[in-house]
Amino acid sequence: MSTQPLLQVRDLSLAFARQDAQGNTTLTDALSNIQFDLHAGETLALLGESGCGKSLTSLAMMRLLPPNARYQSGRLLLKTEDPRRPEDLLRVSEARMRQIRGHRMAMIFQEPATSLNPVMRIGEQIAEVIRLHRGLDQQSTQREVRILLDQVGLPDPDKAAAAYPFELSGGMKQRAMIAMALAGDPQILLADEPTTALDVTLQAQILDLIQSLQQQRQMGVLLITHDLAVVASRAERVAVMYAGQIVESGAVSDVLHNPAHPYTRALLAALPERAGHGESLLQLPGRVPSLGHWPMTCRFAPRCADQEPHCLMESPPQVVMPSEQTISVVPHQVLCWRAGDEAMRAYGDSGSVNRRRTFAESAVLEVRDLQVGYESSHGNWPWPLSHWFGDKAIQKPVVDGVSLQLKAGETLALVGESGCGKTTIARAILGLQPLSGGEIVLDGAPIAGQGVRPQAGWRRNVQMVFQDPFASLDPRQRIRTILAEGPRALGLAPATTTDAALCALLERVGLAADALDRYPHEFSGGQRQRIAIARALAVNPAVLICDEPTSALDVSVQAQILNLLLDLQAETGMAYLFITHNFGVVRYLADRVAVMQAGRIVESGSTRDIFEQPQQTYTKALLASVPVIR
Amino acid sequence: MDPIDLLNILRDSLWVCLVTDALLWLLFAAFVLALVVILRSPLQRQVWRQVFQQRLAVVSAVILAVAASFALLDSIHFRQPLPALTDDPGAAESTQVRYAVEVNSVLDLLLRGLRSDYEKTYSAPLAVNLSALEPVTITLPDGDVEVRRESPRLKVAGQAFPPGPVSASVYWTDVATRIALGTVGGLVSFGILAFIGLALHRWRRLVTPSPYSHPVARRWTLITLGLIFVLVGVMTSLSNNFHVFGTDKVGQDVLYQVLKSLRTALVIGLVPTLVTLPIGVVLGLAAGYFRGKVDDVIQYVYTTVSAIPGVLLIAAAVLSIQVMLDNHPEWFATAVERGDVRLLALCIILGMTSWTGIARLLRGESLKMREYEYVQAARAFGVSAGRILLRHILPNVFPIILITMVMEFSTLVLAEAVLSYIGIGVDPTMFSFGLMINNARMELSREPVVWWTLTAAFIFMVVLVLAANILADAVRDALDPRSERPS
Repeated sequence: MSTQPLLQVRDLSLAFARQDAQGNTTLTDALSNIQFDLHAGETLALLGESGCGKSLTSLAMMRLLPPNARYQSGRLLLKTEDPRRPEDLLRVSEARMRQIRGHRMAMIFQEPATSLNPVMRIGEQIAEVIRLHRGLDQQSTQREVRILLDQVGLPDPDKAAAAYPFELSGGMKQRAMIAMALAGDPQILLADEPTTALDVTLQAQILDLIQSLQQQRQMGVLLITHDLAVVASRAERVAVMYAGQIVESGAVSDVLHNPAHPYTRALLAALPERAGHGESLLQLPGRVPSLGHWPMTCRFAPRCADQEPHCLMESPPQVVMPSEQTISVVPHQVLCWRAGDEAMRAYGDSGSVNRRRTFAESAVLEVRDLQVGYESSHGNWPWPLSHWFGDKAIQKPVVDGVSLQLKAGETLALVGESGCGKTTIARAILGLQPLSGGEIVLDGAPIAGQGVRPQAGWRRNVQMVFQDPFASLDPRQRIRTILAEGPRALGLAPATTTDAALCALLERVGLAADALDRYPHEFSGGQRQRIAIARALAVNPAVLICDEPTSALDVSVQAQILNLLLDLQAETGMAYLFITHNFGVVRYLADRVAVMQAGRIVESGSTRDIFEQPQQTYTKALLASVPVIR
Repeated sequence: MDPIDLLNILRDSLWVCLVTDALLWLLFAAFVLALVVILRSPLQRQVWRQVFQQRLAVVSAVILAVAASFALLDSIHFRQPLPALTDDPGAAESTQVRYAVEVNSVLDLLLRGLRSDYEKTYSAPLAVNLSALEPVTITLPDGDVEVRRESPRLKVAGQAFPPGPVSASVYWTDVATRIALGTVGGLVSFGILAFIGLALHRWRRLVTPSPYSHPVARRWTLITLGLIFVLVGVMTSLSNNFHVFGTDKVGQDVLYQVLKSLRTALVIGLVPTLVTLPIGVVLGLAAGYFRGKVDDVIQYVYTTVSAIPGVLLIAAAVLSIQVMLDNHPEWFATAVERGDVRLLALCIILGMTSWTGIARLLRGESLKMREYEYVQAARAFGVSAGRILLRHILPNVFPIILITMVMEFSTLVLAEAVLSYIGIGVDPTMFSFGLMINNARMELSREPVVWWTLTAAFIFMVVLVLAANILADAVRDALDPRSERPS
């Protein structure tokens, strides 16, 4: 590209200052020598797991860092009228910086619900930005707001402008957020995980929107994401971050097809999308080291399978790889001693273990014509208003006539957009939600339905692993108590709660025995999810319901958990009811798929059939919006 | 006071156990029990060490401990024996010993000097003259008799000076000497105690090498204790010749009143929580967890209770109890016992009216927490509701309860001041910050202004409440495993 980049980030380093008890200030490195260019009309993706410094980089570019952050070095050169004199954002005044924020560079955040002011109308919030940066009069501001809301694809711009954030759905809020970011007519858009909180279909729509707006306005977009598939389908260039460094960067086609850094290779190999059914995913050992515990030389070395003695002695060099595309002017750079080494292990081919899987013919769990509705009489109004205003009538049922069958040792994936009733089914099966119709039969004995009184102890046959590992363990109980809760409550033999039994349980999920006396907050997300699985395992359930167990986890940790779930299934013959909207996981893990829409199952069948020959339009639309790595 | 004398008096006296005494000592026992539990559990020790890594928390804890020890000393009551009637020496052996009507506490014995030395009326802090003008008859040299209005010398204070006017230089030399002596005395006694303490500590560390305390905690405990010792030394030494905080309308030492008020403040601050906590915690958690009908009933009750102005309810209850007590003088042997029952009644009423806040808070928490996935997981195991409330929800709201309790402590201490101010607080025969402030209402309009009772009560109350609040913050930071550690 011959044109001058919109923004050049040069050698940006950042540290956090921390004062200890003696009053000495210590500096902890947070970003080291970040370097990239952002061109007009181009999308650069910053890719990496959580804790690698992606969001920090974007905040550093906006100079919106917490007060204890210190710029160590670097230049942020913003293009100006005079091509020879770009403006260095680290050297301009705060007043000038305020003009630049919103006007030259704007940001979209991950959580639209918390990024909009809940007590201001959408229109006012956007008008505020326009007034600040463009100084238009009242009428043209209103017109501009309408145009913006129309551009971001809100169906009724006037209505949306007059609405408060809570009146809009998640996707509409994100669109309003984008309209707000565009209000200052920025040249650079920083999108920090803009679609992580959204469904697949919404994700596709929002990403399409960003892409089309980028083409119209010739903006430079910095897309921060942890989703390799999003990078593959939406970005032109990518920079892979690990522990505060960019370890690999270049054109997307180069980096994703010929990954040179072991970390990039491992990330790709850990993707369930790429693995065949029943194969093991690559497990990257450990996790991203936390701030202040980064190795001195190569930061990836301790987790690297291709580590050499030299890697621990000297910091790796920046290597430019030969590109396959001869016309590409984007250099493919790698921060590794062994870049281009043919002897590096080929990831992905090695880990194929064929697990023995057997299905029984009879169903272990049967759901027949399940209907669940939420009553609206409580909670909407404080007492006694609830008695005057709340009608006792049951609203439109959340789950409307769902029938499922689950055989022992089988995995059934339940997919669909959020709000379609997936989690409600799980809660009904667990007996946490009263049914308004239908019947649930577990292991031949009815457990819920009209006039059904389940036998004592039925709960030991069905357990659940929850989505958020940070909310599913009581922060005030030790692991020992957490694991023993189930067997004790169900009155199992005392032998199941001895230390030896609990240690064996921890071992099965890959944790050390010293975990028993620790508290949940001492563990990482992946380890906590292992504990949650161990808790369910403690009562030896025949059915395990997994409600998005990996959606809160990073790719490499997700691979660990998925491997663990498959191993446990092969070992115990448990049946899984897997609730998810991650289609890569579904394809990898599930034997059968049931697609849900608005409380009904619209299509179900074997995984292969659903993915290759979807019958219903809804299923087709769902599959079409899944980003794939080409 | 000689410790042997003290023991003799204690042996001969009739012990009086007031209800609030029992409750205070019970709370103290519970505190000691909690301390033992904490020291024996390594994890709890870890958490509480974090509390005492903060200087302010250590200082606050020491101040509260000193205030509590004053209150506890003031909670051992007894009636001293009267001397045998001299006109009937033979019967003295056979008849029962008769006890004084006056009920004293150990603190009263320790502060005997302060208690018994009355002036005529107001005198300023460290004054040697009365703060009021009195007619004085003066015989002039020519034999005429003239009546002048001037402020006479005090009866008790300033006895070290010769009669007549005291010159400024003599006065200030005396004050300075006493301050210096007091400082030295305080430092020396602190040094001796600290030396013994450290020696014991060394010895124990040789025996069982497990240092419980953090160096910051040790250092700041010593510094605070040292300062308090110096302060006590200075005050003791000054009290020999002066009234450090002056005297009140009836000439009683204000320092004595302030020290006696500490017990009332602690009783008022702690005992109502014994009523508040069970009601508030049980109803709040149950309302949030069970929702539905249970929630409706509980909300109805606390909405109704909190709709009645608290002061009205308290006034009605206190006045009716007052009437009942007045109608049954035979129930009580002494005025102190009567005042104590009124204090207890006040505590219970304060507790009954102030549980709605914590109940509402805990209802919200419990509503939120019942949807948490770990509670769902427990329900999926079929754990009973009572057990979930006890094992999952209660421990997680414990920091909230603790913070509310300490905040409530401050509020209650302040509420007592307000209630006593409008005359429905503690019995007028007792000492309390509220009564002192109430009295100060008239004093502030006098000429010259009597500022010292208000100031003394204010300083002591603020220090007490501030220390409680600071400690509460430190405890919350440490008890909440999710909170950021202060760097």
